[in-house]
Amino acid sequence: MRRHLASLLRALAVPLAALLAWDLACRAGLFSPLILPSPGQVLRRLVAYGSPLIPYDPAQGSYLAWLASGELWADAAGSLYRVVLGFVLGAGLALPLGLLMGAKSVVYELLNPLLQVLRPIPPIAFIPLAILWFGLGNPPAFFLIALGAFFPVLVNTVTGVRNVDEIYLRAARNLGANEITVFRRVMLPGAMPYVLAGMRVGIGIAFIVVIVAEMTAVNHGLGYRILEAREYFWSDKIIAGMISIGLIGLAIDGLMGRVNARLLRWHRGIEG
Amino acid sequence: MSAPAIHARGVRVAYSGGEGEVLALDGIDLDVARGEFVCLLGPSGCGKSTFLNAVAGFVRPTAGSVFASGREALSPGPDRAMVFQEYALFPWMTVEENVAFGLATKGVPREAAGRVVSEWLEKLHLAGFGGRYPKDLSGGMRQRVAIARVLAIDPEILLLDEPFGALDALTRRNLQDELLRIWAGTGKTVLFVTHGIEESVYLADRVVVMTYRPGTVKEVVPVALPRPRDPSSPEFNAVARRVSELVMVEQARQEEDELREA
Repeated sequence: MRRHLASLLRALAVPLAALLAWDLACRAGLFSPLILPSPGQVLRRLVAYGSPLIPYDPAQGSYLAWLASGELWADAAGSLYRVVLGFVLGAGLALPLGLLMGAKSVVYELLNPLLQVLRPIPPIAFIPLAILWFGLGNPPAFFLIALGAFFPVLVNTVTGVRNVDEIYLRAARNLGANEITVFRRVMLPGAMPYVLAGMRVGIGIAFIVVIVAEMTAVNHGLGYRILEAREYFWSDKIIAGMISIGLIGLAIDGLMGRVNARLLRWHRGIEG
Repeated sequence: MSAPAIHARGVRVAYSGGEGEVLALDGIDLDVARGEFVCLLGPSGCGKSTFLNAVAGFVRPTAGSVFASGREALSPGPDRAMVFQEYALFPWMTVEENVAFGLATKGVPREAAGRVVSEWLEKLHLAGFGGRYPKDLSGGMRQRVAIARVLAIDPEILLLDEPFGALDALTRRNLQDELLRIWAGTGKTVLFVTHGIEESVYLADRVVVMTYRPGTVKEVVPVALPRPRDPSSPEFNAVARRVSELVMVEQARQEEDELREA
C-alpha cells in the first residue's frame, strides 16, 4: 500500500511541478494571457466548454440531454464518430487484404509494389484530393482516416501471417486440418499479436488525421474548434480543446490495450 | 503375416542447397511391422528426421517410395501423427482445445470429442490442466499435451521426432515409461527418432542405426530384452555397447565433417 502511494507520488511529481511553474510564470506576468493563459483560466474555460449554454428547461427535453448539450460533448462525439467509422473502414479493408497477402504469395507479389509506392505518402497529403473528390464535411474525413488506419493494419497483418511458425502449420496439417482450417485456426490467431499491434498504431494515426481533417475539411469537431478559437485569440480555449483531445486519445489507447490483453491472454509476456 | 505398417523402399531425398545438391537420404529400405516400436538412431545430420518427415508426408522422396498403412505417404494424414521436439502446441489454444484440434478437423461432434479429450488428459495425468495455456506449463507437461493431442485422433502410426530431447533426465525417463505404457495399451506402431543410445535401447524392439551423410541404414540391432528394461543390467549394456560402437563411428565422421567445414 505504502509502495503504491510512493510510486503514485513519483508519477505525479513532475506534472505537478510543471503545472506549478506554469501557474507561477503566469502570476508573475511573464506572458500575456493572450499567449499563455494561466492553468486556472484554462480549467475554467474547459468547464465552460463542457457546460450547457442555456439554463435547463424541461420543455426542451430530458435533463441528461441538457447536461450533455455543451459544445465540448458534441465536438468530441463528432470527432469520435469520424475516427471510429474511418478506422472501421480502413482496418476492415486492410485486414482481409493483409490476410490474403500474407497467406498467398501471388497476391502479395501482385499488390505489394503498388502499396509500397502509396504507403510513404502521408494521409495528410491526400487532403486536397480528398476535398476535390468528396467535397467538404464527413466524407473526406472518413476517406483520410480510413487511409491513415489502412497501412499500419495492412503491413502488420501481412507480417503477422508470414511470421506464423512453420511448425504450427505442419502440426495442423498433420492432425488432418484442411487449408481453410489451417487459415482460420492457425494463421489467423497466430498473426493476431501483429494485427492488434497494427490496429493500435492505426487508431493512433486515425486520431491524428481526424484533427487535421477537421482543421481543413470539416466545420465541426475538436480540431475545428481549436482552429476556430485561434481566430478569436481564445488561447485558453485552444488549450482546453487540446487537453480534451489528449484525454480522448489516452482513453482510446487504454481501451485498445485492454482489448489486446484480453485477446492475447495466451501470449507470452503480454501486459495490459 | 499382415502387411507392414511402414514400408520404405529405395528412399532417396536430395535437397538443392547453396553448394549444389545435398543428399540427405539414400537407398533406405525399412519395414516396420504393425505394433512394432522402432527407434531411428544416428548423429545429427544423418537424415533420421528427414526420413520421419517422409513417412509423415511433409517431405517427398526424390526417388523410391514410402508406404504407410498400405498407402503411399504423399501428403500428411491423421493416420500418421507426429510429436515434435518443440511440442508445436498451438499457444493460442488451451490444453483442451489443443487436444481437441484433430478431433474437430475430423468432424467429431463436440460432446464426443469432449469425452475423448478428457479421457486422454486423464491418462496422461493432465486432468485439471485443460483450461491452461501452453505457456503456463513445464516442458514435460507440454510434451504430454502433444502426445495426448496425437493419441486423441487414434492414429495407426505414431511418429516422434526427438520428443524428449529438450527435457531433463528425470522427466525424460518418466515420459519414456508413459509412452511404453500407452504403446503396450494401444498396440500402435511407433517410429521414434533419437540421438540417445540409452534411450533407443530402453524403448525399441529394434534400433535402426543410420550412417552420416548420406543417411542410409547402417545396421538394424534387435533388442530382445523383456520390458521393463533395467539400464544397469549387463544384458542391457551389452546391447547398448553394440549400438554405441556402430553409432560412434558415424558420430566421428560427422565431427570430422564439421571441422573441415569450419
